[in-house]
Amino acid sequence: MRRSAFLAGSAAAAVGANAVSASAQEIVRGVFANGDRPLVAYPQKRPLMVLTSRPPQLETPFRVFDSGVLTPNDAFFVRWHNANIPTEVDATAHRIAVTGAVNTPLSLSLDDLQRMPAVDVVAVNQCSGNSRGFFTPRIPGGQWANGAMGNARWTGVRLRDILDRAGLAAGAKQVQFDGLDGPVLPAAPDFKKSLDVDVARGSDVVVAYLMNGEPLPLLNGFPVRLVVPGWFATYWVKMLSAITVLDHADDQYWMKTAYRIPATPNHSVAPADSGYPTIPINTMVVRSFITNYADGDVVAQRPPDGKRPIRGIAFDGGSGIKSVEVSTDGGATWMPAALEQDYGKYAFRRWNAAPALPAGQHVLACRATANDGSTQTTTPVWNPGGYLRNSIERYTVTFG
Amino acid sequence: MRKQLAIAAAAALIPLAALAAPQIPPKVSVTMPPDPYAFKAGPGSAAAMGNCLTCHSAAYVVTQPPLDRARWDAEVTKMRKAYGAPVSDADQETIVDYLTATYGPKQP
Repeated sequence: MRRSAFLAGSAAAAVGANAVSASAQEIVRGVFANGDRPLVAYPQKRPLMVLTSRPPQLETPFRVFDSGVLTPNDAFFVRWHNANIPTEVDATAHRIAVTGAVNTPLSLSLDDLQRMPAVDVVAVNQCSGNSRGFFTPRIPGGQWANGAMGNARWTGVRLRDILDRAGLAAGAKQVQFDGLDGPVLPAAPDFKKSLDVDVARGSDVVVAYLMNGEPLPLLNGFPVRLVVPGWFATYWVKMLSAITVLDHADDQYWMKTAYRIPATPNHSVAPADSGYPTIPINTMVVRSFITNYADGDVVAQRPPDGKRPIRGIAFDGGSGIKSVEVSTDGGATWMPAALEQDYGKYAFRRWNAAPALPAGQHVLACRATANDGSTQTTTPVWNPGGYLRNSIERYTVTFG
Repeated sequence: MRKQLAIAAAAALIPLAALAAPQIPPKVSVTMPPDPYAFKAGPGSAAAMGNCLTCHSAAYVVTQPPLDRARWDAEVTKMRKAYGAPVSDADQETIVDYLTATYGPKQP
């Protein structure tokens, strides 16, 4: 009885004013201005919301998050920076070069990795710009709704084991990661990201060759990608081909200029502010979502006991979820939700509640608190990158 | 639930070697689908297509919220300075005019 979020065929052209195609296609209706997105099936993917096609940026339709705690590989969001992406990858020839401030440079094949001790971790991978389309005032950049995230079980080798095998030289400060993708124009900056050595040596940072037990889809970084649990996805370099240990703080574009957040309370500023210091974006902030209703839903049927099932997900930057509360009056009063199976401190934590509600319109909301004490408020952050949105989500739902 | 338990019990009997990681395919090759987005035709759209599409698809522009002339000019400047786009001063003027008229606060 969900309000249909999809419009089929010829209606698409009228609704998606900026989406044009000769072929009929479904459109996911925008939840902010100019937010309509055509659904297109990319290789190894089910139809996803196309944000951009070159390079591909694909958003997961939000209803997918109601189907289970792990996000299926074929529904997992996609985000690339430069358009020169290999469309064919030879895993047998692929090597990861480990160089820089190391005692023994390495060239690791997939076979080499698979001979090392395997570990796995369930972790949320969320784009730094997830939910940017909801910022007010609006911000140029990727106009994501809330679906630039996913939760998967990642299997691979601890980055620490690789770094120990190479041996860090004295003075090692950061570790830089590069993938097979590159810019179209040589003058454009290649996409590279760096972590401080102590972060890179964390026990949960993994060079992953499996995603939910399967090889990675090419668009998610086949054959191997970096997994930095708790940290925003910008650090999870795809098609990982080079690990370079630096004896200095990385000063190239993608660290020094892009992906910066204000070093201010809540990393928030006023749109007119300037001159404040900035730091590289890092760990995620606590969020929660209802997954079985969308804002504006009309639910016709009434359960015999009058109890309305509400369920959703919560996650944070790696301390784990302590509690989730639900409100059915727009946030005036709160009741505890039941937490479901714990897949670890970096994973989506599913939760549910079943408040008795009379027929009519209700404003549902959810609020998570993490083990580190952080929680969500009604005040959205604002920063010029459109990062770190985590205010309380509200859903107006009409029950029969 | 019962089915899952049965599978778990059966799995326990499988030799360790059979539990090895799934085979990683030697090669993956993909073909991208057609682009569902395009620039709207209008004065200056040829300059936008001729320059912008070198590095990225039209969606980078057409999915943005309405931006005024100063914001569009800042975006084109960023493409030149940060991303090395070889856009001439004359083309920048034409492109910014087109973007402001087509994807600005007063869209046709």
